[in-house]
Amino acid sequence: MKILVTAKRVEDPESKIKVKPDGSGIVQEGLKYKINPFDEIGVEEGLRLVAKHQGEVVVVSIGGKEVQEQLRHALAMGAHRAVWVNHTGPVDQLGIAALLQKVVEKEQPDLVILGKQSIDDDQNQVGQYLAEFLGWGQATFASKVESMESEQEKNKVPAIVLTADKKSVQVIREVDNGLATVECQLPAVVTTDLRLNQPRYASLPGIMKAKSKPIEELTPAKLSVDVTPAIQVLKMSAPPARKAGIKVADVPALVEKLHNEAKVV
Amino acid sequence: MPIVLIVAEQQPDGNLRKATLNAISAGKQLAEKAGGELHIALVGKDPAKVADELKGYGAKAVHLGAAAELEHYLAETYAPAIAALAQELKADYIGMASTAQGKDLLPRVAGRLRAAMATDVMAINGSGADITFTRPMWAGNVFADVKLTTPVKVLTLRATEFPAAAGGQGAAEVKTFSPKVEASKTKFVDFKEVKSARPELTEARVVISGGRGTKGDFKEIEGLADDLGAAVGASRAVCDAGWVPNDLQVGQTGKVVAPALYIAAGISGAIQHLAGMKSSKTIVAINKDPEAPIFQVADYGMVADLFKVLPELRAELAKLK
Ligand SMILES: Cc1cc2nc3c(=O)[nH]c(=O)nc-3n(C[C@@H](O)[C@H](O)[C@H](O)COP(=O)(O)OP(=O)(O)OC[C@H]3O[C@@H](n4cnc5c(N)ncnc54)[C@H](O)[C@@H]3O)c2cc1C
Ligand SMILES: Cc1cc2nc3c(=O)[nH]c(=O)nc-3n(C[C@H](O)[C@H](O)[C@H](O)COP(=O)(O)OP(=O)(O)OC[C@H]3O[C@@H](n4cnc5c(N)ncnc54)[C@H](O)[C@@H]3O)c2cc1C
Repeated sequence: MKILVTAKRVEDPESKIKVKPDGSGIVQEGLKYKINPFDEIGVEEGLRLVAKHQGEVVVVSIGGKEVQEQLRHALAMGAHRAVWVNHTGPVDQLGIAALLQKVVEKEQPDLVILGKQSIDDDQNQVGQYLAEFLGWGQATFASKVESMESEQEKNKVPAIVLTADKKSVQVIREVDNGLATVECQLPAVVTTDLRLNQPRYASLPGIMKAKSKPIEELTPAKLSVDVTPAIQVLKMSAPPARKAGIKVADVPALVEKLHNEAKVV
Repeated sequence: MPIVLIVAEQQPDGNLRKATLNAISAGKQLAEKAGGELHIALVGKDPAKVADELKGYGAKAVHLGAAAELEHYLAETYAPAIAALAQELKADYIGMASTAQGKDLLPRVAGRLRAAMATDVMAINGSGADITFTRPMWAGNVFADVKLTTPVKVLTLRATEFPAAAGGQGAAEVKTFSPKVEASKTKFVDFKEVKSARPELTEARVVISGGRGTKGDFKEIEGLADDLGAAVGASRAVCDAGWVPNDLQVGQTGKVVAPALYIAAGISGAIQHLAGMKSSKTIVAINKDPEAPIFQVADYGMVADLFKVLPELRAELAKLK
């Protein structure tokens, strides 16, 4: 199986995000960057699938030269090689999906795994756009029934199941009020949810090996994609702060407040 | 005249998903601001089941597309049907509630129409051709005003930010159409519903959520929820451990709730959790650690052991009755 996995560079989910006073963006100083957590889950799932069925995991990221850090991280986890689409400046989801479409057409993978959403823009769109552009099936919000403490998880069993004829995958999707299972003909697009797997740590030998793994460089021009954004981010602002609350000493005091002040019970 | 098309959603039992009503009122607001008219679309095996209900929300027309092939929801079969209808109506805006289905389906519709899209819209600003949308980024740490510049614009609407549309606003014209049906490379296998007698998390007036501090013991949380007719929620840590079903996760990457009362017990208050409950009207936090960040958003905080507080709270509340 050849699997293409995306690796977006995002702010560390632990970092404190502050808006610049002029609303033009966020304060960059002091921020740490990581691979989007959902993409890390995608890399892990890709590695589990090729461990079981043979093949190759190719990881792709779009951005300036700094995104090579996230590509190296995925390579250190065990991905085989990387594609870097070198682009600085704004691009929207339509642009990202159009670039990925070209990379897919070049690489011809059996499966593309993306995160369900980036934890910076929180748009939750790119996988679905890409599936539509390619005319492929999509299984978003991929999850599994077993918990993170299960035997299956400990043994790194892939949650995405290749059917007996190897022509489709079965995917369990996390949706409202339960879990839906779908079967997609390959090639297909899958987007990951949180409970698909627990990503591995990169080992020291993995990190050493990653240094010599190849990163191919492409550009929007080489891929003939116009990435002029159709979404303009006009202004950013901080959300309204909640007014400071109080600590209550005991349960009767709490109930008194809820009953007489907040009037919610 | 600008056309706003809101896509309705049926639950597995065929009833209308409540968040559709919030999307309809957002659609109405958008139509008013843009100087246009509101249309509602529903496709599926039996959309007629909710036709009478959909008629009453003040739309110009309700468009129902029934086809046997649409029995089970799949983005791949629903997207062509919705996109073709939108083209026929010359819709300028296509919106749907930010449910799992809305988030799965609308980007695919947008892809088909080469339209730009804004997810989780919280507010609609401006008027006429100059409309912008406010949406959250970075787990709600940032609100961004965005403008979509493609001819067709696609949105998912955050249900907690728009009131539910009220019925009884005249009778919209109900039109049936035969939806465009395309072969699908994906097939539906099954749906395992998590059934609960409690109210839906996103619709409940009161939500009681438990975190890792419960150590998986949800007895008192569920008891309190049942006493108050409340829904049960959870942090990611709890869902990851498999203590409660996944779809109870509240937060940036789970459900967004805004009940009248939200009680968080044994939840630290990570930014990703806050993103899903910060707009609740009244927030109560019960946590052993006085430094827990949850106290920064709580109206009433109690630094205490939840296993001691919850039974006491149930007894004290019982006295009110
Ligand atoms: C300086 C700057 C300026 C910007 N200007 C604009 C602008 O003018 N208009 C605008 O709309 N947006 C702008 N953006 C944001 C834009 O670049 C988004 O990050 C991009 O559109 C992807 O959207 P998303 O991450 O929300 O996608 P989602 O749909 O949330 O992401 C889903 C998945 O898509 C994949 N993915 C997304 N982006 C990448 C990537 N770069 N490489 C690899 N995989 C990826 C990931 O797997 C991710 O998990 C700007 C960002 C920066 C840093
Ligand atoms: C990409 C990404 C997405 C995420 N999405 C979400 C999301 O949507 N929703 C979400 O919730 N999280 C999300 N998270 C996880 C989030 O960062 C936190 O890890 C998580 O919310 C912590 O859960 P918790 O508060 O239950 O556990 P902890 O942080 O471990 O807190 C447990 C708390 O319980 C208290 N406690 C312990 N025992 C008792 C007792 N007996 N009585 C009272 N208090 C007690 C402790 O003092 C502590 O504050 C996400 C993380 C990432 C990286």
